[in-house]
Amino acid sequence: MTTIAEMPAGFADKVLSAQSTFRSVMDAMARPGSVQRVAASVGTPAGMMRGSAAIALTLFDHDTPIWLDAAMSATPDVARWLKFHASAPVVSDSSIASFALIGDAASLPALDCFAFGSSEYPDRSTTLILQVDSLSQGPAFELKGPGIDGSAVLQAMLKPRDLFQRLVINEALFPRGIDVVLVHDDAIVAIPRTTRLIASGV
Amino acid sequence: MNAPTYNFAYLDEQTKRMIRRAILKAIAIPGYQVPFASREMPMPYGWGTGGVQVTAAILGPDDVLKVIDQGSDDTTNAISIRKFFGKTAGVATTTSTTDATVIQTRHRIPEASLHAGQVLVYQVPIPEPLRFLEPRETETRRMHALAEYGLMHVKLYEDIARFGHIATAYAYPVKVNARYVMDPSPTPKFDNPKMDNCAALQLFGAGREKRIYAIPPYTTVVSLDFEDHPFTRYRFNAPCALCGADNSYLDEIVTDDKGGRMFVCSDTDFCEQRQAAGHHGTESAAPHKEKAHV
Repeated sequence: MTTIAEMPAGFADKVLSAQSTFRSVMDAMARPGSVQRVAASVGTPAGMMRGSAAIALTLFDHDTPIWLDAAMSATPDVARWLKFHASAPVVSDSSIASFALIGDAASLPALDCFAFGSSEYPDRSTTLILQVDSLSQGPAFELKGPGIDGSAVLQAMLKPRDLFQRLVINEALFPRGIDVVLVHDDAIVAIPRTTRLIASGV
Repeated sequence: MNAPTYNFAYLDEQTKRMIRRAILKAIAIPGYQVPFASREMPMPYGWGTGGVQVTAAILGPDDVLKVIDQGSDDTTNAISIRKFFGKTAGVATTTSTTDATVIQTRHRIPEASLHAGQVLVYQVPIPEPLRFLEPRETETRRMHALAEYGLMHVKLYEDIARFGHIATAYAYPVKVNARYVMDPSPTPKFDNPKMDNCAALQLFGAGREKRIYAIPPYTTVVSLDFEDHPFTRYRFNAPCALCGADNSYLDEIVTDDKGGRMFVCSDTDFCEQRQAAGHHGTESAAPHKEKAHV
């Protein structure tokens, strides 16, 4: 069992690290498909990448129920670390989660397990934080939508492989929907619900 | 012992997290008003508490902040907000539109075109474009959910029936990303076309009404109109008296009690840059020189 002394650290500088991480996430959300970097140094519990740990400390608190996938909850480290540093409640019902942390993206559950928000309050939806294999190489995905000047190309090793096919529901559901943040190490890419796939190559 | 100080950029961290989450959802759903738990700020409602909270949540030590009030960098509201963040966040401030990374604005969009990486933060008094047509929040929320915006077109039509043209001159309603009808805050409709396909991120904060909304960069923003009464911009038919600009939005300044008036650029930075570049209007004095009293 981990004691507090053995627990990985949080941010070195809570205030400015959270600010710089937020700006990276905001820029990622405002420019879907663009790769942003998380510069802040942060401790990581086993199974969590630097990017997801920094996002967790920036956006999670007692107001945000968190859902962890099987990979994240394989050991109690992640839940314990989240509880200590962010006071965030970890819930087993994914449909009430504000954020879902997905460590093993290949076994991402069906998207309708998560909250889409309501037509009146589409903001009450789950944001997926998905750890992936690469955000710099792999198949190319051509994207369009608000925040993109014409089209943007994302090169990424994505799991699940049919992620964008699954995200097609965002088109029918809009304004309800699922926003996704892809993380690999310190790189992040956001796919908000308005982003559409034009073409994907190999 | 150290004297007690405020947290960086005044707001506490929990408040910033709450506002930051709202901003991310606002960007993901362009034009939708995200409710947030607006805090009391050390300035009254109506002085830009919504914009100040949004700015405080995004501002970092490397940012360069510009604040304008009706286009002007040197009015009380603009100066006090600039000083507020100079004091609580220690950020660099500027009056130059191109040098700024974050621009907080009350009721204008700068004349100089914004570039990628900039954030424009609007202070919003009443975020709900349908509020004067339908006072019940439950109803306006349902109208947004169903994209039921016929009432707004009826309002614009009534303008035409009564005045012969669409008489709405400011807070002119727009449709964002072909979905949500949005209040662009009380900017003159002259500024509406600047919101369309803008390279900068636009964030809107309404403190009293507790709403945050956003337009991501490169997003279509269309001013509502009719085929036979298309949207038109409006400006006084005169060049700026100080810099001679004939394409900027003008303020009318009464100069005496005999009907004398002059028109000058509302955007003071734009006007000063033009004067520094050698442009002159009819009333311009020698730059930066007091007139000698005889």
